[in-house]
Amino acid sequence: MPHLLTVHDPRGYAPKVIGKRLAPRLPTLEGKVLHLVDCLFDNSEVFMQQLQAWFAEHMPGVHTQIVKPRESWVDDPAMRARVVAEADAAVFAVGL
Amino acid sequence: MAVEADGVPTVAVHTHVFARLARNAARVNGMPTLRQAFVPQPVVGLVPAALRAYIDGVDPVNKRPFMQELLQGLTGPLTEQDLSGVSFERATPRLLDPDTQDNLYREFEQNRWTDYLPIVLPTEERVAAMLKGTSHRPDEVVGKLRPTYYREFWEFTVEKVAVNAVMAGARPEYFPVILALAASGITARQSSTTSWAAPAIVNGPIRIEIGMHCGIGALGPYSHANATIGRAHALLSQNLQGGSVIGDTYMGSIGNAYNYAATWAENEERSPWEPLHVQHGFKPEDSVVTTVFGGWYTQSGYGPRETWQQRFRRCLAACEPYSAPIILMDPTVARGFVDLGFKTKQELIAWCADNARVSAREFWDDPWTQTLLKPHALAGVEPWASKLKAAPDQLITKYRPEDISIVVIGGETQAAWKMIGGTFGRSKMVRIDDWR
Repeated sequence: MPHLLTVHDPRGYAPKVIGKRLAPRLPTLEGKVLHLVDCLFDNSEVFMQQLQAWFAEHMPGVHTQIVKPRESWVDDPAMRARVVAEADAAVFAVGL
Repeated sequence: MAVEADGVPTVAVHTHVFARLARNAARVNGMPTLRQAFVPQPVVGLVPAALRAYIDGVDPVNKRPFMQELLQGLTGPLTEQDLSGVSFERATPRLLDPDTQDNLYREFEQNRWTDYLPIVLPTEERVAAMLKGTSHRPDEVVGKLRPTYYREFWEFTVEKVAVNAVMAGARPEYFPVILALAASGITARQSSTTSWAAPAIVNGPIRIEIGMHCGIGALGPYSHANATIGRAHALLSQNLQGGSVIGDTYMGSIGNAYNYAATWAENEERSPWEPLHVQHGFKPEDSVVTTVFGGWYTQSGYGPRETWQQRFRRCLAACEPYSAPIILMDPTVARGFVDLGFKTKQELIAWCADNARVSAREFWDDPWTQTLLKPHALAGVEPWASKLKAAPDQLITKYRPEDISIVVIGGETQAAWKMIGGTFGRSKMVRIDDWR
């Protein structure tokens, strides 16, 4: 019979995950306000400008606005509140 | 995800190498079906036309046109799972199922709970012995850690720190230092693409009490205490924060040798200057550990010699602009600077801050200054705002004096110094005595 050892689990305690539903989707983006949220990563501003140009060319009825948080890596409640108040939909880019 | 939860449909765009990480982050935030679209890596450094090609091209993860994926994400129908999210708990047992020694070694390695060097298995007896190194209760919560800002914090107790200290091979008398490192909240397993580490400096009487080494080879593998305390900080970071797994909770492109162990002691006895902790308001008889988010670069040199100013200017110019240096210097170097008129560390720090200069163009041509400092500059926060206004060729200072630190360390066999990345302003000092 091999000798059995009892050892501790080395991991910490994960928080409980609470499920959150996705927001209702829009039937169409036509005539809607789409916020393009620049996450401030290196060169993401240029990416967002190109995305805005794509909408201007292919879906001119979508009202795009580039929005920036106060700083990168840090939650910006004021910016989030603005998106929730003013936008019908939002794209966040380019995040890691 | 917070905007999505507030009722606005969103799509998050990531580069393809972060697909696993991004999906896992969505899952542990309760939204596993969060709409995500992907473009190829890299985005950094590409001209507008190349980024436009990404937008016109195919999402390399979902294998559909990128814009189709994005538009579908905002307007497509929701599923039942979209409407409920996913709730779950991840319980961590106190003990693992009994098994043979060989099987347990294999289990720890397969679960990525080690640094792939041999560990000491944390038996109940060994953990109980480690816990005798502190007066704190085993079930007391020490703190929280996470691999990066957008991940969830994991919590841990004194006992869980003891488990990792045992695995690292530490002795009970080292345990207060290890608890202080854990309490700092600075992980030694940051997930950043920049491959950070967490160098730490120990000051005060405990260095001598537990046999930490600050003489010849102080940064190397020549002390049981240095090696195992540093390793304990590393192991507890990865295991107590929810892992350090490539592609999931670790993305450092090159990696970092300081991730194995990087806890060092200042050679206070041979230094002509005040020790680090006394500089910052602690008493000489206090024992303190200073943990720094850094370790990205290392430069080395000799001196001070006749041309020290030129060499220091060049080295300081070459240091990464977001991360001010910790200047580690042998006691002979420190005494040489005293002979040159620098009666305190602060005087030499002031000289370094004034002479660490690059062109504004070079300062801002950096991923971290662009991402983390430029938003402050645009918001008018000094000194970043003035640096942003400077002409591209204007030489500007890189660091605030309060972000540079000097630590005297080494055994006087060579007048050697090193500059290691680690902004003091983002460090955390913890009194070890509070964890005895």
